[in-house]
Amino acid sequence: MSVKIKVENLTKIFGRNPKAVLKRLQKGESKETILKETGNTVGINNVSFEVKEEEIFVIMGLSGSGKSTLLRCLNLLNVPTAGNIYIDGSNIVEYKKKELREFRQKKVAMVFQHFGLFTHRTILGNVEYGLEIRDVPPEQRVEIARETLATVGLAGWEDKYPHQLSGGMCQRVGLARALANDPDILLMDEPFSALDPLIRREMQVELLDIQAKLKKTIVFITHDVNEAFKLGDRVAVMKEGEIEQIGTPEEILTHPVNDYITNFVQDVDKTKVLQAKHIMFKPGALVSIKDGPKVAIKEMKNAGISSVFVVDDQRRLCGLVTIDDALKASPKHQKLEDILLNDYFVTAPETYVEDLLPAASTAKYPLAVVDKHHKLLGIIVRVSVLSALVHETT
Amino acid sequence: MQTFPEFISFKLGIYVEIFVEWLLDNFMGFFEVLNKVILFCLLKVDSFLHWLPWWVLVLLVFFLGWRYKNLKSGIFYAFSLSLIGVFGLWELTMSTLAIVLTSVALSLLLGLPIGIWMSYSAKVEVVVKPILDAMQTMPSFVYLIPAMMFFGLGMVPAVFATIVYALPPVIRLTNLGIKSVSREMVEAAYAFGSSSWQTLVKVQLPQALPTIMTGINQTTMMALSMVVIASMIGVKGLGYEVLAGIGRIEIAQAFDAGLSIVILAIIIDRITQGIADKYKIPEQ
Repeated sequence: MSVKIKVENLTKIFGRNPKAVLKRLQKGESKETILKETGNTVGINNVSFEVKEEEIFVIMGLSGSGKSTLLRCLNLLNVPTAGNIYIDGSNIVEYKKKELREFRQKKVAMVFQHFGLFTHRTILGNVEYGLEIRDVPPEQRVEIARETLATVGLAGWEDKYPHQLSGGMCQRVGLARALANDPDILLMDEPFSALDPLIRREMQVELLDIQAKLKKTIVFITHDVNEAFKLGDRVAVMKEGEIEQIGTPEEILTHPVNDYITNFVQDVDKTKVLQAKHIMFKPGALVSIKDGPKVAIKEMKNAGISSVFVVDDQRRLCGLVTIDDALKASPKHQKLEDILLNDYFVTAPETYVEDLLPAASTAKYPLAVVDKHHKLLGIIVRVSVLSALVHETT
Repeated sequence: MQTFPEFISFKLGIYVEIFVEWLLDNFMGFFEVLNKVILFCLLKVDSFLHWLPWWVLVLLVFFLGWRYKNLKSGIFYAFSLSLIGVFGLWELTMSTLAIVLTSVALSLLLGLPIGIWMSYSAKVEVVVKPILDAMQTMPSFVYLIPAMMFFGLGMVPAVFATIVYALPPVIRLTNLGIKSVSREMVEAAYAFGSSSWQTLVKVQLPQALPTIMTGINQTTMMALSMVVIASMIGVKGLGYEVLAGIGRIEIAQAFDAGLSIVILAIIIDRITQGIADKYKIPEQ
């Protein structure tokens, strides 16, 4: 995937005469000293990152960490004090007024925490807004707005006003308003924070569905770790205007770079982030289908286990042999094929641990993790599922 | 008792007088043009109101009251307005109304842009705010003096003084209305690539409309109260009747005219307030 947004050494200082303050900041003075002596607030300090095309990039941090400030730099609602922002290779910081307006009209759209809907306009009027600003002819923009409203499940609400809708519905309108412009990039500023938990979960799933269809580049802000890990392909954790760590949810969860991150992610429900592939391990023993029961018995004895998976020469999973069956079969000169069992649980590597819990707690044998060609990738035993709940797996 | 030392003496008024005289000497042409423009507008409105059959206005007030308040109010307003005719003060009322309407129209023409400008620029706000404070706290008949110097006697200085007196509310409330538009809504407008003008026209003004309507209502009320004072410089109308009545201690004459002003005030206030309420946007 190519890089869509590239942010280089971005700094934003609020207040008077930010350029002078920038020099002090670059000399290494702390933000506290600067605030005390000049009254300027350092919103973001020397931040660099990249967002890939079609990726959901989540910026997570507590309030006041500068995440909203950072997001607003990406469409220049906040003008950065220093640094560059390349979108599709062109530096938006250097845009003139007209270029900037065109960029906002066509390339990027924003969804707001408190929806930011125009309360004097109907739902349709809200969704049309971006198109109206772009001078799209009225019939065409009504058509697009109606279609977009249908995508977010609000067909039939066109003539209502925002105050007549519930919070969840309002944010659907906010989303539709952004999507109607067909932007490459969606900037979402804590879009689900103002919604109650049930609706929030619903909206998260819906966003993932929409993203699967439309494949936008999404920069998503949240203070909720679970939300960040659920939605984010990659997550950046911010603290006091700086990025502490960037990585996939698994990376952050399993390799936190410092105590701050560790603390931050300790409340995460790990079963919702970790997948089968993260907790599986290579089986200590493995038997080929061509081998006889004797080899199987030896393998199990060496590994000190009571059952073993059997694979073919392509490493495709054939079945499972238990020690009891193998011992019985051995004197009768039976082949392994005759004593294979199939009542074990098979899962894909992308399955979340959450969904493995019921199977893991009842299964007699280890779970087998196989790819789409039925190749055995690894096995999961009950203890590894349970330990994933408690602490890091590495 | 300690008296204030006499040698520290400085009178500001004299400089104001010099300034006004300087204005007169150098900008007479400007004031004459202004005089003609105001007079032109005023006479058009005045002759229209005097041409308008009384029952048309009564019906209009009835319908407006019905539409923006309720049927009972409509009937009450229409009845009260007819009462003015019964007092035999219809013609004078129309003259007063002409001055009020002209002043309000010109105040809005001036006040709305200034209010918008103020909301956009902190510097303008710093300059304009104390001027507005002064305009509102100064005894209103003080305006009559420069108004008379610039425009002589008659209706034009009355309109001028009325504008000065009635202008602050519409400026203040336009400024307030635009500033109170939610930050996110304005951000949303800009985020979709709106120009400042589009943001103003499509988002800020419609959102500020209820507040601006309240400002217009206030301005109208103040214009009406100023008209009575403006009668001191010889403007024919209800105010003059009151003034003359008081001067000659004719309570009956003063009372009828005074009551007519009250009726006019109530009708205008309720109807403009009703219109303002209709524009209210329900909260989330």
